[in-house]
Amino acid sequence: MANGPASGNDRDVWITGIGLVSSLGEGRSAHLAALDGDSTAQVDTDTFAPYPVHPAVPLDWSKQIPKKADQRQMENWQKLGVYAAGLALEDAGLARDSELRRTVQMIVAAGGGERDYAVDGQILSGIGKAENAEAFLNERLMSDLRPTLFLAQLSNLLAGNIAIVQGVTGASRTFMGEEQAGVDAVRIAHARIAAGQGDIFLVGGSYNAERPDALLIYELGGYLWKEHFASVWDRPGEGGGFILGSGAAFLVFEARAHAEARGAKALAVLRGVSSDHTRRHPGSVGVSVEKLWEQSGKAFRGIGGAVLSGATGVAGVTEEERGSLTKLVPGIPVHATGDMFGHTLEAQFPLGLALATAAVEAGRLHQAVVTSVGHKRGEGLALVEAAPNGG
Amino acid sequence: MTSVPSSSTRDALGRPLVAVTGAGVVTSLGQGKADNWSALTQGRSGVHRITRFSTDNLRTTIAATVDYVEGAVSSAPFLSEKLAVLAAGEAIAQSGIGTPGDFPGALFIAVPPVEMEWPQRIALARASGRTDDITYADLLRAAGSGAFSAWHDLFLFGTVAEHIAERFGTRGSPISLSTACSSGATAIQLGVEAIRRGETQAALAIGTDGSVHAEALIRFSLLSALSTHNDDPAGASRPFSKNRDGFVMGEGAGAFVLEDYDAARARGATILGIVAGCGERGDGFHRTRTSPDGGPAIAAIREAVSDAGLTPDDIDYINAHGTSTPENDKMESLACLAVFGERMNAASGSLPISSNKSMIGHTLTAAGAVEAVFSLLTILNGRLPPTINYELPDPAIGLDVVPNTARDATVSRVLSNSFGFGGQNTCLVITAEPGA
Repeated sequence: MANGPASGNDRDVWITGIGLVSSLGEGRSAHLAALDGDSTAQVDTDTFAPYPVHPAVPLDWSKQIPKKADQRQMENWQKLGVYAAGLALEDAGLARDSELRRTVQMIVAAGGGERDYAVDGQILSGIGKAENAEAFLNERLMSDLRPTLFLAQLSNLLAGNIAIVQGVTGASRTFMGEEQAGVDAVRIAHARIAAGQGDIFLVGGSYNAERPDALLIYELGGYLWKEHFASVWDRPGEGGGFILGSGAAFLVFEARAHAEARGAKALAVLRGVSSDHTRRHPGSVGVSVEKLWEQSGKAFRGIGGAVLSGATGVAGVTEEERGSLTKLVPGIPVHATGDMFGHTLEAQFPLGLALATAAVEAGRLHQAVVTSVGHKRGEGLALVEAAPNGG
Repeated sequence: MTSVPSSSTRDALGRPLVAVTGAGVVTSLGQGKADNWSALTQGRSGVHRITRFSTDNLRTTIAATVDYVEGAVSSAPFLSEKLAVLAAGEAIAQSGIGTPGDFPGALFIAVPPVEMEWPQRIALARASGRTDDITYADLLRAAGSGAFSAWHDLFLFGTVAEHIAERFGTRGSPISLSTACSSGATAIQLGVEAIRRGETQAALAIGTDGSVHAEALIRFSLLSALSTHNDDPAGASRPFSKNRDGFVMGEGAGAFVLEDYDAARARGATILGIVAGCGERGDGFHRTRTSPDGGPAIAAIREAVSDAGLTPDDIDYINAHGTSTPENDKMESLACLAVFGERMNAASGSLPISSNKSMIGHTLTAAGAVEAVFSLLTILNGRLPPTINYELPDPAIGLDVVPNTARDATVSRVLSNSFGFGGQNTCLVITAEPGA
């Protein structure tokens, strides 16, 4: 599926707000510095050794989540998302409690979580000795689980919390499916705006890497990088793998006509976005990236632009993506966002897109292509460029 | 409308019409439309005592699980995929679209959020060799052996969709989604929108849920959301009754093959009905409770009706969300009264509303899709499935809930409601084939 440029200017998709949070910090400057190569990746090698993670920068939650009661009802993956969503909404000039916020629609890319690790540990330690394992499990869960933990686990409760805390109540849809959920959230929001099926959307995702249960899923598949920090491009030769990162990004997408009518400026224009899901075999990812480029990247002019790749570092697909990019745009800088803030699964593509938007807005890039190749499945590509007349 | 027009058929708002050409369903009542419809119109309940896992120490011991499917075990991704395959297979076979394994359109599938479950945690703990003070560090160490790598894929959020996409040969990137208890309706809505904007001429929309296991049940139980009428499983789900005390968890799947109306006609497909309108509205009131004034639900209903180019007076029947929780049924009744007014009054009898959940329980992620299939069958069969267990009417809810017994009615326009945790309100309007 591919979305090209909207036919009429009125339905061009403007990015009018961004909010991003990662191990690098909060907001534009911390992330632009990484793009310039002026900062080094923040890696915590101790807490979850032997698994390094890129930990979220400490945030003053109350800046975006004023009520303590709301903070208590969320786990960190949700708080990161609600925080970044708030930044994006403010950035777009959508004031808290404004009528306009209530009309914004959401497409959120989310996983789930988080476990109560102490309760799980106690159950696992006791169940082997229990006379009746199932009865023991039921008894302990009934008495030890916090009732509200469920609400911190449900995938759609990131969107639900954004509705409650940030007052975005147009409607929300939550996409699941790791990296590709982030790609398709962007693609479908873009398609709906271009087709007149909505005027203003909040799109993004969040991920908390500082969770042993998150690490566990990826360790099961052998995907975690356990060595000293190395660029994602250099990892395949040593077995490959990713370092999970905590982070979140949200973007406000808006039909040009809608933005102009309220006097909002474009930070950048989302020219096109494509996604695909190819059956993986050697060579398939390279072919897929080239096909997506043909669909949505053709207007990339090269000079003054860059590629922001969401490459994971997983062996095979990482080299294939790099090979195709080198073939398509030789000599154009290719930045791996995984080298800056790690791999943030559902949030990786939105984070790449938010960073691309910031770079275009700041005049560092004329255009940027953002790519995603999921560690297991799914490929995506978007093109952003400077707004006409600087917005 | 007797001939296939050369120009495209449009709805009242100038968009391509979205036809349903295939439908499939599986619930605790049975597999397939025929068995389900027969049971549903006989007022039979699929709720029973849970036997798939131990209910020792649980407050609720009943559910409408699907146990008759070969290999049914308590594993949310595994069973949800199985149920989705059954429903989608039935829908695609009926539509006659494409060729086996080559569905010429996109996939939108509502799946329950997954995570590692207890059997796997316990196996990893055992493999770690540790017996005391077990932590996730031990599980991680065991996972590192590579012996359990299949569980990586099993517990990824996108795996069920990938398996369904590969099995049926759908095109492009499949969408896995969740909007809690309105997920199934959202899957259909996404398909409708994709066809309306001309992105695809066909879509496979599925809602599936096979997630009843001990912890899932306990989570709802701890929120006091479940019925505890354990001694009377078939009578436990009592939507709109005064003595309703919560919902009963259910499993199932529903699927629609959606097509551009003209494309479907051009290939000679039988048009079963039209998804004419969709409405949705968020709610920032509370994580599990809906705005008590029903505001967002009212807005979603109005939007669905107007999106269909209709007015409230055009709706013939409402397929309720009707969970049997004290709060939902009250709020839903309020919202329907606000939109449809006097017609909702039982005395007037002009706008009946009934809840399939009285029989199949709350199929959660699947509910919106399962109930959309039943809404379509209501139109096709001219018969309203009842709300069973309606022995003690709630005087605060004076609706015609089609109490206890099915009845014949001419129905060409149905509103199907879905409301969920996290402020999710999604409504669909399903109508008869325009030429019918």
